[in-house]
Amino acid sequence: MAFHEVMPEPATKARGADALRLEGHMAAIARDRDRAAFIEVFRYFAPRLKAYLMRLGSAPQEAEELMQEVLIIVWQRAETFDAKQASVSTWIFTIARNKRIDALRRERRPEIDPNDPALVPAAEPAADDTLATLQQNARLREAIEVLPPEQIELVRMAYFEDKAHVAIAEEKNLPLGTVKSRLRLALGHLRKALKETT
Amino acid sequence: MPSFHPPEEMLMAYAAGSMSEPQALLIATHLALCPVCRARVSELEVLGGTMMEELEPAAVGDASLQSLLARLDEAPPQPESLAPQLAGEVGSIDLSVPQPLRGYLSAGLTELPWRTVIPGMAEVDVETATPEARARLMQVKAGKTMPRHSHHGEELTLVLTGAYRDASGRYARGDVQVADPEVDHQPVAEAGEPCICLVVSDAPVKLTGKISRLLNPFVSYK
Repeated sequence: MAFHEVMPEPATKARGADALRLEGHMAAIARDRDRAAFIEVFRYFAPRLKAYLMRLGSAPQEAEELMQEVLIIVWQRAETFDAKQASVSTWIFTIARNKRIDALRRERRPEIDPNDPALVPAAEPAADDTLATLQQNARLREAIEVLPPEQIELVRMAYFEDKAHVAIAEEKNLPLGTVKSRLRLALGHLRKALKETT
Repeated sequence: MPSFHPPEEMLMAYAAGSMSEPQALLIATHLALCPVCRARVSELEVLGGTMMEELEPAAVGDASLQSLLARLDEAPPQPESLAPQLAGEVGSIDLSVPQPLRGYLSAGLTELPWRTVIPGMAEVDVETATPEARARLMQVKAGKTMPRHSHHGEELTLVLTGAYRDASGRYARGDVQVADPEVDHQPVAEAGEPCICLVVSDAPVKLTGKISRLLNPFVSYK
């Protein structure tokens, strides 16, 4: 058995192609329990999941174990992945987020039940569009690149440091109101980018 | 459709997973009643996925892949579910209470073990795994004026039944009010049905020193 490091892929602008390819792999896993497809998903996401979990404070060993748990769930629940609702990266992000809350914080993750009779439905049905979910990722990447550094830094902290905004404010020695207003500004920019039609 | 929504950065903390369980419970219950915020949270999850992809990838050994492949045939665990234990108590399940909150309650709203705080006002704790923040249901008799009060730390209120008014507006089913220590108000429950709210109080920012330990981080009515 070859024993080598799985080299992390360099950051690439061609993520759109990756996203399509990964969707194909997810479909193959769901349909055929395709191990070769799973290996591809692993090669792309394992290094990123591990990086995400380490950013959030896990030591390499713990990040490794959690990453494996997340990818097991990806394998087991592949049929529940719906490319019309989310890209693979969004779906896997939510699994990793919830797994971490469950495993490290030992809390439940409260979420809506889409079949709940009490759920108030959207006035217009969600766009049933695989391409749109891919474009969202691409547009966001572009928008993130042009965000002012003080804004993107806070967005990163909000996602990757498991800190309440008050803790971020303390760490950055900023008033809480400034942290909130910068986050809102950043989200305003990003949302505008999402809504732009190309 | 609700008129008062949680601020954007709270939706972000929910999407990022950095929120305490009681706060996340309140936000998720609002999401069940608010398609607008649901759509926003979906966007914020896209942002999370995109940012995860953009991180500098960590080194993963081939051994990791091999050990994972060896585990793929493991039996899947029971599906995660917040659904309440239905057996034997179907009659007490209150379908007007949206999930995920319903899954945290032992009975329907009317059968919960309410304790009276002051005449016309009762509450019942909602148990979560987070000791730092407290979630409770509060029930105020229709038409009652609540005592004037301010808040320690940050408090979130989500209306489930009935409605109340204060100087900032009228809050009805699905509406969220955020009260920080500057908010000093005297809500009045509307006539009609009792006003039942989910209320989540977070501890003050810092708990250091002797004095702060004596402070009750939660609202107290005197």
